Amino acid sequence: MSAPLVEVSSISRSYGMRAGMFGRSMAVHAVDGVSLAIRKGETLGLVGESGSGKSTTGRIVLGLEPPDRGEVRFGGKPMAMPGTPAWRAQRAQMQMIFQDPLGALDRRLPVATQIREPLDIHGLGEPAGREERVRELLRAVELTPAHGGRYPGALSGGQRQRIVLARALATKPDFLVCDEPVSALDVSIQAQVVNLLADLQAQLGLTLLFISHDLRVVRQISNVVAVMYLGRIVELGSADDLFARPEHPYTQALVSASPAPGRRSAGRIVLAGDPPNPAARPQGCAFHPRCPHAIARCGSEVPALSAVGGDRQVACHLVTGPQAETRDAA
Amino acid sequence: MAPLISIKDLSVGFQGVPVLRGVDLTLQKGEAVGLVGESGSGKSVTWLAALGLLPRHANVSGSVRLDGREILGAPASELDQVRGGRVAMIFQDPASALNPVLTIRRQLCEALALHRDLSGQTVKAEARRLLDLVGIPDAARRLEAYPHEFSGGQVQRIMIAMALAGNPDLLVADEPTTALDATIQAQILELLSTIRREMDMAMVLISHDLGVVAENCDRVAVMYAGRIVEAAPANQLFADPLHPYAQGLIGSLPPLDGPRRRLTAIPGTVPDPASMPDGCAFAPRCTLAAAPCGLAAPTLVAIANDRAVACIRAEASRRALLGVAAE
Repeated sequence: MSAPLVEVSSISRSYGMRAGMFGRSMAVHAVDGVSLAIRKGETLGLVGESGSGKSTTGRIVLGLEPPDRGEVRFGGKPMAMPGTPAWRAQRAQMQMIFQDPLGALDRRLPVATQIREPLDIHGLGEPAGREERVRELLRAVELTPAHGGRYPGALSGGQRQRIVLARALATKPDFLVCDEPVSALDVSIQAQVVNLLADLQAQLGLTLLFISHDLRVVRQISNVVAVMYLGRIVELGSADDLFARPEHPYTQALVSASPAPGRRSAGRIVLAGDPPNPAARPQGCAFHPRCPHAIARCGSEVPALSAVGGDRQVACHLVTGPQAETRDAA
Repeated sequence: MAPLISIKDLSVGFQGVPVLRGVDLTLQKGEAVGLVGESGSGKSVTWLAALGLLPRHANVSGSVRLDGREILGAPASELDQVRGGRVAMIFQDPASALNPVLTIRRQLCEALALHRDLSGQTVKAEARRLLDLVGIPDAARRLEAYPHEFSGGQVQRIMIAMALAGNPDLLVADEPTTALDATIQAQILELLSTIRREMDMAMVLISHDLGVVAENCDRVAVMYAGRIVEAAPANQLFADPLHPYAQGLIGSLPPLDGPRRRLTAIPGTVPDPASMPDGCAFAPRCTLAAAPCGLAAPTLVAIANDRAVACIRAEASRRALLGVAAE
């Protein structure tokens, strides 16, 4: 087992928000005490619904914004101060892919020019050799050099996401943060990009933080999965095990809510209530107002993420150890 | 039994570019039919065309019969009775379907006044009953609220309430849960199926999500490039898809349990409607394609009770399957 490439220790981030034009400013805790470790060459999947803080976590891990508290270590070293040369060197080793490839590309530049840009910025390779590197990158994402001369508007959604991927790989990064990279794609194209990402990861030994609301895609690509709810991790475990035997009531509802062909909706856990509002986080366990198993303690005391046997960690007062199954029997 | 709605050879073109190329679909009373396919396959256009909701420059041909009466090209006065009355429609983005400066009561009562012979206090009582029915808590007070005061899931509930105002026989739900989170999607789908059972209402569920359609529909039609390529009972389609495209769609879906396998992605992309390949539109991406596939577009042929497929290779593979089973 190798040492973690990325180590996140209890990071928190809150934003000021005003209720109405003259309202009082209040703090919205987008991320609240999140700790993660991603081993080299592995993928950590981060799942959760909108407002759970998964994208903010991704941005902090990448150093796109500083955490209020806590620390991110990359390759054993703390993240450098933004804007310094050390930060630049570190940033070349880590890249990000977003959901909307058209928004991430410049519509007025041929895509080859855009793939070349990080090479020029970071001064990688001889200028003369950069053209060849661009062609190599295009082939790596299963496009042809001819695609390089096109503009983003002349490419399909799947091809655009490949271009974004090629550009992200230009600096030979060790670490990629993928924020909903396939959510905007049709299912057949989604499968192409997921396969490509898995192939590139195997070839290049990439470490991935894969953020998505789609449990199926996350399971397909991840070794370890963390489930977030209102800024906190509520469950963490190996991908197969976590989806096969979810312990936290929220994870159970999420897995149950994922529709499956060939299965009728009988036995589905349908949660009552609205999606959580990060600006009005409930006292105690943030999930307790929607939780079918909540007890009095859940409304007052925040459950800590703790090991419950195997490599599983759960933040729930009712899941306390390997004997947690008794809860279902009761 | 006479079908509730029967669509025959429905075609749509925009400026000479065909986007819908001969769709046949029938719905019985109370039945739930799913339409799946990727973006641009014509799922939404089928129903927008059937209900006369496309812009005037769209070139629509074919036939759409509601209880035996032709509604395609019917005068506006007749269509106004159909739309919102007999057939209601809800969309993916409920927030943009509501007027932000009017209260929910005004908007619900408007729909009720148009389609039901109600007045005065009975309208308001009915509006409250509808909000109750779709599970908005504290309906009496919430009637006075504006759309922005509701969450995304609640706004979709309100849209469903509005759609139910005319007591429709058919609800066309176009990606009703795509913009919603997973746990809220489960709530809305459960609400739709409860209402459908209670009101004996037929439903067309348009979705790109195979799982959503499989779980909530009796029958499913798979669309590709403006045509239906396979139609089958939901359980059979997912257990034993015949059309290579349907097989590809199901193979593209990562499993949630069991062993992980490499996804069988469909190579290539959807063809451009302006330059459709000759013959079968799926042939360029099809692993089973043979020379005859490029000659003529296959028609949707019934191959068993309630199953139809538009693929010359699928019939061959079906015969092979049956031959093996007979031994």
